[in-house]
Amino acid sequence: MQQRETFYDVMRRHGITRRSFLKFCSLTAAALGLGPSFAPKIAEAMETKPRIPVLWLHGLECTCCSESFIRSAHPLAKDVILSMISLDYDDTIMAAAGEQAEAIIEETIEKYDGQYILACEGNPPLNEDGMYCIQAGKPYVEKLRHMADHCKAIIAWGSCASWGCVQAARPNPTRATPIHKVILDKPIVKVPGCPPIAEVMTGVITYMIAFDRLPELDRQGRPKMFYSQRLHDKCYRRPHFDAGQFVEHFDDEGARKGYCLYKVGCKGPTTYNACSTVRWNGGLSFPIQAGHPCIGCSEDGFWDKGSFYDRLTDIHGFGVEADADQIGGAAAAAVGVAVAAHAGASAIKRARQKGGDS
Amino acid sequence: MATIQTPNGFDLDTSGQRVVVDPVTRIEGHMRCEVNIDEQNFIRNAVSTGTMWRGLEVILKGRDPRDAWAFTQRICGVCTGTHALTSVRAVEDALGIDIPENANSIRNIMQLSLQVHDHLVHFYHLHALDWVNPVNALKADPKATSELQQQVAPHHPKSSPGYFRDIQNRLKKFVESGQLGPFKNGYWTNPAYKLPPEADLMAVTHYLEALDFQKEIMTTRTIFGGKDTHPNWLVGGVPCAIKMDGDLAAGAPINMERLNYVSGVIDRTLEFVKNVYIPDILAIGSFYKDWLYGGGLSGQSVLAYGDIPDRANDYSAENLMMPQGAVIDGNLKEVHPIDLRDPEQIQEFVPHSWYSYPDEAKGLHPWDGITEPRYELGPNAKGTKTNIQQLDESAKYSWIKAPRWRGHAMEVGPLARYVVGYAQGHEYFTEQINRTLKTLDVPVTALFSTLGRTAARALECEWAAEMQRYFMDKLIANIKAGDSATANVERFDPATWPTEVKGVGFTEAPRGALAHWIKIKDTKIDNYQCVVPTTWNGSPRDNEGNIGAFEASLMNTKVERAEEPVEILRTIHSFDPCLACSTHVMGPDGEELAEVKVR
Repeated sequence: MQQRETFYDVMRRHGITRRSFLKFCSLTAAALGLGPSFAPKIAEAMETKPRIPVLWLHGLECTCCSESFIRSAHPLAKDVILSMISLDYDDTIMAAAGEQAEAIIEETIEKYDGQYILACEGNPPLNEDGMYCIQAGKPYVEKLRHMADHCKAIIAWGSCASWGCVQAARPNPTRATPIHKVILDKPIVKVPGCPPIAEVMTGVITYMIAFDRLPELDRQGRPKMFYSQRLHDKCYRRPHFDAGQFVEHFDDEGARKGYCLYKVGCKGPTTYNACSTVRWNGGLSFPIQAGHPCIGCSEDGFWDKGSFYDRLTDIHGFGVEADADQIGGAAAAAVGVAVAAHAGASAIKRARQKGGDS
Repeated sequence: MATIQTPNGFDLDTSGQRVVVDPVTRIEGHMRCEVNIDEQNFIRNAVSTGTMWRGLEVILKGRDPRDAWAFTQRICGVCTGTHALTSVRAVEDALGIDIPENANSIRNIMQLSLQVHDHLVHFYHLHALDWVNPVNALKADPKATSELQQQVAPHHPKSSPGYFRDIQNRLKKFVESGQLGPFKNGYWTNPAYKLPPEADLMAVTHYLEALDFQKEIMTTRTIFGGKDTHPNWLVGGVPCAIKMDGDLAAGAPINMERLNYVSGVIDRTLEFVKNVYIPDILAIGSFYKDWLYGGGLSGQSVLAYGDIPDRANDYSAENLMMPQGAVIDGNLKEVHPIDLRDPEQIQEFVPHSWYSYPDEAKGLHPWDGITEPRYELGPNAKGTKTNIQQLDESAKYSWIKAPRWRGHAMEVGPLARYVVGYAQGHEYFTEQINRTLKTLDVPVTALFSTLGRTAARALECEWAAEMQRYFMDKLIANIKAGDSATANVERFDPATWPTEVKGVGFTEAPRGALAHWIKIKDTKIDNYQCVVPTTWNGSPRDNEGNIGAFEASLMNTKVERAEEPVEILRTIHSFDPCLACSTHVMGPDGEELAEVKVR
């Protein structure tokens, strides 16, 4: 095999100065929530690790994950695509089509067997012998299996690849199936969300490349760095929840003042994602900040849990220190305390503290 | 072999070499295209196939109509939001809900920002490589490129020779590495590419600039909808309440800081479109103005539903700032009014689609639509059911239905909107069209081409960028006048709804006319049908044998090399296909679910 360049070599070759490179490393460290002391470690990793080919497949999907990805503010999608990875196949943006596109698959397998990352957006349908998603005249699921056989690891982008998402909602007419139920013998990193946050997507891929390892995953296969807390735990409206101040109707006085959206259906208390911490589009906002309840789009089966405007009735007791494995893993078992009790308890606690202060 | 003439005037001849392009890349979703090429390398038969089906309308049945926007928004993440807006309009129409003026302005800004973003990203990242050759850019003289840049866009700040030299050096090292990433296996030696190296270098540079800038355009939707892709919407208005002053305004969804942010984005967006996108279209177009293939149906039958209501709740043609109407048989002197409720106007046919109807000689209006999947190949298909070598277009051959307006196959999209607007004397559109034709020194007939479609998209991007400012000013004026309302919740509670109602909502998606038809029974969705832009454009043949817009546009195009589908990609891309959108869904009778086999 030919000598493979390091990530740093490539960046230099692209005209990126060492100063810019180091700045990139510190931004990456910050994006990953690692703190400034990690920047030199990322720099070191990128100076010595080879550049990894990424093949990005599309099954049944809406392409919202790709659209989210290109919105990444740090790192920029441009830098990821041109300098960090070698995006050798992605039917949404590649110049080649038809035979010339499909030829790349075999070329990559030959050259990088067992070394490339397979990024999966969307999922394969299994009904009708897989022909609800046809690529190059054949069922998509065949292509997925073939490329998975030769990959190093899989990233399952978004809720389609991770859980099944909208096309797998009842009655799932095409039998759309998440990646982990089709590919059983490769490491899979799930990055759920509809779509996932752009900076979470680039954060996960940067981590994998910079440290040459998978991020620490929870028992459902999600990177703990971004999916270990519920939105509710870090929501800027949490004090209103604790104080019993709720939006009763859209556009009421509470809605204008930014009160808690729990009563109009917010799924923040049961949704594991980084929306209230990393936020969206360069940290600009997130659904709750813009006045709409969280619909829980990063959770398995969120389409089939009743209306988005129905109040949650199955919230479990929690503290911010509990993570997804401790709480989410036990979600099926009704060990929880109803939210009313939780809210009530918070309000009482607050009233007591207040009383104590005065 | 004899040719077959279609009722809509195309001579199909299948005797030449059959060329298959699958996958058609740089589109949303999955699509296949087959053509027959004669000995002189002209396309004499074209077959376009949607190769995916997700069944969303099946899934919507029995759901809460207030949730439908979120489901339908996931029909497409590229035209994200336009399905959601169409859906809340359909539900509001069914339930008779009026929305506040501020909600109308905010929805319009969100919809316009989609038009701008989608058009810009489509051109640079999905379409440009059909016209622009990045490898040829290596031969450019950076100084001459700088002069070209300053000549076509004197106000664009990034234009120095050094700037272009830096980009060229990066590009050179990238190409020399042999790891071409997304440019790998492109058709870079094909003579279909006609730009001089300097224009190629300028365009590749803007490919990168646009990739950096596009993420900013959509941040207006992050402010109003909380995230992008897939922002949040609300039946009855918008979820983002407004509080400009007093206690807790800092934590309100919309306050002074948020409005200022949106305002700044709107200004920078308009600047980018005027300084980069429009000049690039004119510059690139000037080298391709003799390549006027691809007109297809655009010169004969086009359809627009209209969009962007000036005042809230009035969806009549007079109040819509994007034009509404149908032109048929190329007669620009008459624009026909359209009625989405009229069962005689819009109908869908399936004799060549992988669905079955009780009587396939007839079309069905969407309120009475049926979607029962039936995958089968025709007798002349080559290969097997799970390894298709060649399709048989005389039988069923696509996951897309064939919608028709009064029996006519129609083109929809930016060019259709501009043709309808031009025919109606839409002042802004007409000025843009005349200015463009004059700059390129081409006759008005040049409009009906692949290049015309690509140019219309850019012009519409400019219009939409300007209109964002109009609605932003309107929003602020309305708040100043004392109206901060953003949602009407009188009928948000399903207990207030009638037992049985139906409604229709429509928008102009970036790719063209989009409508959703809904029936609500006992507070749940009883039937939901979407007829989307790529259903119109990507339509297969119908019961009469009329070919659809993609197919028509490929006819009689000369290709340089049969084995390299540059010209096919160029024309198909000019429609900005969205295949996840076009794949259809479900009928009124839920029993059909039993027909879907679970193996």
